Amino acid sequence: MTALSPQDIHAVILSVKVAVAATLISAPLGFAVAYVFVYLRFPGKSILEGVINLPLVLPPVVVGYLLLITLGRRGVFGPLLEHLGIQIVFTLKGAVLASVVVGFPLLVRSIRIGMETIDHDYIRAARTLGAGWFDSLFTVILPLSGRALLAGMSLMFARSLGEFGATIVLAGNIPSVTQTIPLAIYDYTNTPGGDASALALCLVSVLLSFAVLMLSEMSARSLKKGRDA
Amino acid sequence: MNLDVDITMKRGEFRLSAGFSVVGQRTGVFGPSGSGKSTLMLALAGLARPDSGHIVLDGRTLFDSRKRINVTPEKRRIGVVFQHAHLFPHMSVTRNLFYGYKRIPEAERKISPDTLIEVLGISHLLSRNVSGLSGGERQRVALGRTVLASPRLILMDEPLTGLDQNLKYQIIPYLLRVLDEFGVPMLFISHSVKEMRLMTENVLVFSKGRVEDILPVEDLARKNMAAGDHSYTNMITVKDPRPRNGLWEYRWGDHTLILTEPGCEGDNVFELSAKDIMLFKRHPEASSARNLLSCSVLGTFNVGNRLGVELACGGERLVCQIVPEAAEEMDIRAGGSVVAAIKATAFGRVF
Repeated sequence: MTALSPQDIHAVILSVKVAVAATLISAPLGFAVAYVFVYLRFPGKSILEGVINLPLVLPPVVVGYLLLITLGRRGVFGPLLEHLGIQIVFTLKGAVLASVVVGFPLLVRSIRIGMETIDHDYIRAARTLGAGWFDSLFTVILPLSGRALLAGMSLMFARSLGEFGATIVLAGNIPSVTQTIPLAIYDYTNTPGGDASALALCLVSVLLSFAVLMLSEMSARSLKKGRDA
Repeated sequence: MNLDVDITMKRGEFRLSAGFSVVGQRTGVFGPSGSGKSTLMLALAGLARPDSGHIVLDGRTLFDSRKRINVTPEKRRIGVVFQHAHLFPHMSVTRNLFYGYKRIPEAERKISPDTLIEVLGISHLLSRNVSGLSGGERQRVALGRTVLASPRLILMDEPLTGLDQNLKYQIIPYLLRVLDEFGVPMLFISHSVKEMRLMTENVLVFSKGRVEDILPVEDLARKNMAAGDHSYTNMITVKDPRPRNGLWEYRWGDHTLILTEPGCEGDNVFELSAKDIMLFKRHPEASSARNLLSCSVLGTFNVGNRLGVELACGGERLVCQIVPEAAEEMDIRAGGSVVAAIKATAFGRVF
């Protein structure tokens, strides 16, 4: 088996960077959105739910293309982004954004399922004991949905590692800039004699995903242990 | 406590329309399930918003739809003890206990944690995790958690309902001791007349979302006796148990009672059905009943085809139940005197 080329190693590092960034950025956001869906009632809620869940059913290429035409130079927000000096298309930011949008519904779903099982009387008890809304959010709701949040974050991380369609449209496939593992594998499969390298990257991909699974399993267990001990 | 409430609330098909004003330390809210007791509790605590009306506690307006006042639950300082303790599962007993205590300004912390922990008898539980506690222990910790937040009023929403029969009444002395020791007023929500009699002085009777009546708890018990085939139950508080010939002797007012039940320190509460008391015109000299008490008749009241007789008995009161024919033969009337015979086995321990 061939060893990884420097370019491959770069792809691995980029993949991890994108997945970590996407997970960290979307976790607080996902928690907030899950809270809104579980606890608040307002007109237009189902429309918002639809919009958030749309990437789950849309082909990722479509998501990428929609992002491209809204955030691109000639897109709706293009001039604004250019004015702010932010370039998203064909950059690592674009790769992160593509992962965030595609993985977000999975994250929200997971947190939401956990949050819905929290007995409302815990929150009521906290409020009558003098905790304000914000206080009860951080001392009761967040710890009690900790496992669900963790599960959602590992799903998000795994989805980001595998993101292909939206990334290739929005961020392109530029070696050492936006080329993540799936994109590199795609390149190798289109190159005669690239099978060995593709396989090597596949192996890295398997190992990475497995490590994430183990890590999330372990932390979920320690979270549970901390509660029951 | 001086609580003035006049609110209306619509929840789906259910409509709560409660107007009442109560003064006193221990008030009961009595009614069948679905009568609006819990909705009232949520409204008082600020956990549900009434459609209109006002809630004023000790001169402080907590809710007023016209003045657009709606104090948030955390600012109302009304503690709630829920039916199922609802201790936070991710915290230890200590962190649960101090959750509210840490959230009030130091100057307003009126309760000493050490004293409270001692009164509730939970010092051995402090380092434990919540999931390992029994139902009764949970409810004691939940009460401690609520009291430590120095509430102006405690709402107890059927706090005994989730506990099994044996445990149920063992927790009452703790509840009463805490309320006495720290002088916290309480609104006790329940559908059990027995719990009402042990915990409260006056009772708000709820029915179909309305306050039907406000009356002393004793009257509630008698009304309940008249309403169904329930017999009236005397709650007898006795002291100073002493063993005597295999039985137990207790002090009850000026009298001594002999029971088969062994006693424990402090107040012992027994229930005695009005049916289990026999009346004699004169002292029967010898009887198999171990307790022969000279009493004077305070009055009688009708309960269907039976008659309730209220007796004054060495500074205490006793209600017994006989048929009108017997009353006529014995010439029972207010001011007369009789001898009440009670078997030593007739007493059932409450706590």
